[in-house]
Amino acid sequence: MIKFSETHEYVRVDGEYGYIGISDYAQKQLGNVVYVDMPEEGDELEAGEDFGAIESVKAASDLIAPVSGEVVEVNTALESDPRAVNRDPMANWIVKIRLSDPSQLDSLMSQEEYEGYCKK
Amino acid sequence: MDEILKTCLHDRHTALGAVMSPFAGFDMPIQYSSIEEEHNAVRNACGVFDVSHMGEIIVTGEDATEFVNHIFTNDVSTAHDGQCLYGMMLNERGGVVDDLLVYRFNANRYLLVINASNIEKDEQWVERQMNGSRPGGGFFKVDLEFISDVTSELAIQGPDAERVVEEVLGIQCADLAFYTFKETSFRGAPVLISRTGYTGEDGFEIYARDEEIVEIWDALMASRRCVPCGLGCRDTLRFEVGLPLYGDELTDDITPVEAGLSMFVKLDKPAFVGREPVAAQKAAGASRKVVGLELQDRAIPRHGYEVLDLDDNVIGHITTGYHALSVDKSIAMALIDARFAPLGTPLKVRIRRKTFPCVVVKKKFYKKSYKQ
Repeated sequence: MIKFSETHEYVRVDGEYGYIGISDYAQKQLGNVVYVDMPEEGDELEAGEDFGAIESVKAASDLIAPVSGEVVEVNTALESDPRAVNRDPMANWIVKIRLSDPSQLDSLMSQEEYEGYCKK
Repeated sequence: MDEILKTCLHDRHTALGAVMSPFAGFDMPIQYSSIEEEHNAVRNACGVFDVSHMGEIIVTGEDATEFVNHIFTNDVSTAHDGQCLYGMMLNERGGVVDDLLVYRFNANRYLLVINASNIEKDEQWVERQMNGSRPGGGFFKVDLEFISDVTSELAIQGPDAERVVEEVLGIQCADLAFYTFKETSFRGAPVLISRTGYTGEDGFEIYARDEEIVEIWDALMASRRCVPCGLGCRDTLRFEVGLPLYGDELTDDITPVEAGLSMFVKLDKPAFVGREPVAAQKAAGASRKVVGLELQDRAIPRHGYEVLDLDDNVIGHITTGYHALSVDKSIAMALIDARFAPLGTPLKVRIRRKTFPCVVVKKKFYKKSYKQ
């Protein structure tokens, strides 16, 4: 299952875990990513709160957590290769969390709903 | 909020699919393809920028030289006709009203090219100085013409700019030395061309009426020898070679000494507005300075972020910062306490929740390649 937020983050759910990244639409809007500011393992993400930032040449954009949970892994490959986010944003997630409240997923958009949202 | 202004090339920009954004009251192109591609086009070949938002003021009259010298930090009395000079207008406290280029046609006629964000302020300032007291007594015998609304401008920049201007536009420019200009024509209409720019590369700026600027733009696009460039890369280009942007490294409260621009302030010429505080500060030493910073990390310091000493005391702020394209490093210009300004001083920058080590470096991060 994959769900999207209005601020263009996705969460791909795998059992009790969620992989959070930015959507393909978001990476296109940003342009070339030059830096991803990531949290650390053990940090608690709070749904709706920023947990890092993603930077293009021109500007920094906050990353907003779509759901709450504890960070169990950060994608450290992005430290040396931030443009992986542009190449394949779905494969190159930013953090893996242990979902603390899976019911939060219900308030997010499905793939189809999100695609409609981006066309608005 | 006033209605947003458009340059004469606005529909060209939107037709090219440019990302548009408000800048200084104008709806301006930020990028067409990507900031990186456009940046590299200027460094390696040729790019063209619509900079019609810039402001222009003509000063004429028998006291024109004396008047411009009164409001401008550089010395136009020793300039030759056809020369451009960079400098600043200062307020009475020595802060920078604006930084500008002055074009000397002759001793009785000058063109001031000012920042779009300061047009209204500058016009009022220059008018006030004209009506104010003249150091020699009496009034300045000068006339002002505010021609921003009827003047458009293109900047054609990069190592291939000379050939593009000559071969595509048919305007002879190989004879122009750096920081000189001439009045010439394009398809029979008058244009002014100078060998100037804001990118650290060789290049030209062309001033003309809207009709000619649109024709020139179309000719450049049709030639495919010149990449359309937005304000995004204009900022990364100027930043890499340490050129200041008004609003970032220069404000009404920052002096030329603090900004490291003393070489454009001629203290030995007759009195001018702002001379005394700047001379005093130069003699005593400024208490803060604009410096370059280099980070070890890829994190990017942005305008306004805090600069800290090693004990976490705030000692200044970032004025401009990027992950610089030509040198592949995170670098910044910052206005900091002068005690920390010596090259090699270790400092820290706060970027969101974390602090990152950095070191003071020269603020010319990339070598200019002007044609001398």
